[in-house]
Amino acid sequence: MNKDGELDRRLDALIDSGTTLLGLPVAPEWRAAIRLHLAISLEHARAVAEFALPDEIDPAPVFSA
Amino acid sequence: MTAEDWAWASARDIAAAVARGSRAGAIVEAALDRIARLNPLLNAFTAVTAERARARAASVDAAIAAGKPAGPLAGVPFAVKNLVDIAGLPTLAGSRINRDRPPAAVDATLVTRLEAAGAVLVGALNMGEYAYDFTGENSHDGPARNPHDTSRMTGGSSGGSGGAVAGGLVPLALGSDTNGSIRVPASFCGTFGLKPTYGRLSRAGSFPFVSSLDHLGPLARSAADLALAYDAMQGPDPRDPVCAERPVEPVLERLAEGAAGLRIACAGGYFRQGASPEALAALDAAAAALGAEREIELPEAARARSAAYVITTAEGAALHLQRLRERAADFDPDVRDRLIAGALVPAVSVVQAQKFRRWYREAVLRLFDDVDAILAPATPFVAPPIGQKTMQLAGEEVPLRPNIGLYTQPISFIGLPAVTVPAPTAGGLPIGIQIIAAPWREDVALRVAVALEQAGAARAPRPALQS
Repeated sequence: MNKDGELDRRLDALIDSGTTLLGLPVAPEWRAAIRLHLAISLEHARAVAEFALPDEIDPAPVFSA
Repeated sequence: MTAEDWAWASARDIAAAVARGSRAGAIVEAALDRIARLNPLLNAFTAVTAERARARAASVDAAIAAGKPAGPLAGVPFAVKNLVDIAGLPTLAGSRINRDRPPAAVDATLVTRLEAAGAVLVGALNMGEYAYDFTGENSHDGPARNPHDTSRMTGGSSGGSGGAVAGGLVPLALGSDTNGSIRVPASFCGTFGLKPTYGRLSRAGSFPFVSSLDHLGPLARSAADLALAYDAMQGPDPRDPVCAERPVEPVLERLAEGAAGLRIACAGGYFRQGASPEALAALDAAAAALGAEREIELPEAARARSAAYVITTAEGAALHLQRLRERAADFDPDVRDRLIAGALVPAVSVVQAQKFRRWYREAVLRLFDDVDAILAPATPFVAPPIGQKTMQLAGEEVPLRPNIGLYTQPISFIGLPAVTVPAPTAGGLPIGIQIIAAPWREDVALRVAVALEQAGAARAPRPALQS
């Protein structure tokens, strides 16, 4: 995926647009670590998304009125 | 008893001695003296509440002198991770930013309950910033240091809790555990630690991290001391909406039952992959001591860890979003960069993770039809050197900080109670084994812990410390 830095470019695009929209500062020297942690988090998210769940299953936390 | 004897006495023995006439004041003074001598080395405490402790100890002594019954923790010094409210102190949660908060108006519920049982609060303990940490490092207060080798990590985020108990500064400490933050420092520091069932102990008056994963619990140097503290802290609390409406179910009186009749298995598959030889040897020795020959697989444990990871990073980012906007430079850099990344995780991923969590919970609970307790490593390896940034996992170099909780996250993800016990290792540094039980069966996990102690397969080692 990170062929010729393609993954890094996509992550940087998400970091740039996401932090701008959320109003979060990113100093240049923070970027490499943010990119690393974002890549790890999205890899975990991908692993979760790959698991087929029934439409009817409720999320674990249950609201009580 | 000398001051050194008191330093290594169990909470149970201290309370018994105070009930027989030893003075709580002298015991607390010995603890304060030891903290003053050794904290410069261990960096476990961020505040020492000496005046409060002396006053509290005096009131314990006065009550006993007046013929009132001594509490089950009479005169036992204890300290709390600095995300737990102590009236009169700002609740730091390991951060610089929280130093600007007003002091807590009242104690956390668990502090009140421990003191009601006669225990004496002596201070607040170092921790990883905002509990997003498995190392015990902290850029504001400096790293908590492992009493068995002060160049090594305590583990975190309850790093000061592990260091203070392992170093003999207190026999009892409170920590918090969202993904492993009691069980990891217990493993690296060689203490016992209890992460109770989610919702079992009140979190009222503690600074949160991830609401649906946050637990508080004790660290101590024996299973009986965990049980003693746990019994004193149980019970519903209207201040914490997550705290269960369950009556107190005392476990101390059940410890004598040991592991007799319990069906115990080892977690295989995921829980053996990536484990160091020390971790596997400790696990195998514990299994052998218990005659636990069966191996079972927690289904989809790796995915469970992934889901816990996603929920944690997104919820943590949500909690701190405004602070990240306004004071990003005041965060510990290692925490800040993870939180900013967490803010960019899509909401759909979090919802999927919470749905998977229900599936996983139901699948794992079915295992308890056939077993009562499951053994697993607490950490993949012994305490790494402070400052280490990467680790070897299954032959691959990966970042250290996000991966220490490999074996703890799939357990806390569904709120199962787990006791970490320290296992002797050939290399000298301790490593912990998790004893995992079905929800609300802390008694089972603690009975197995006692059985391991009695078999010589679990013991909190005493470090050679010199001030």
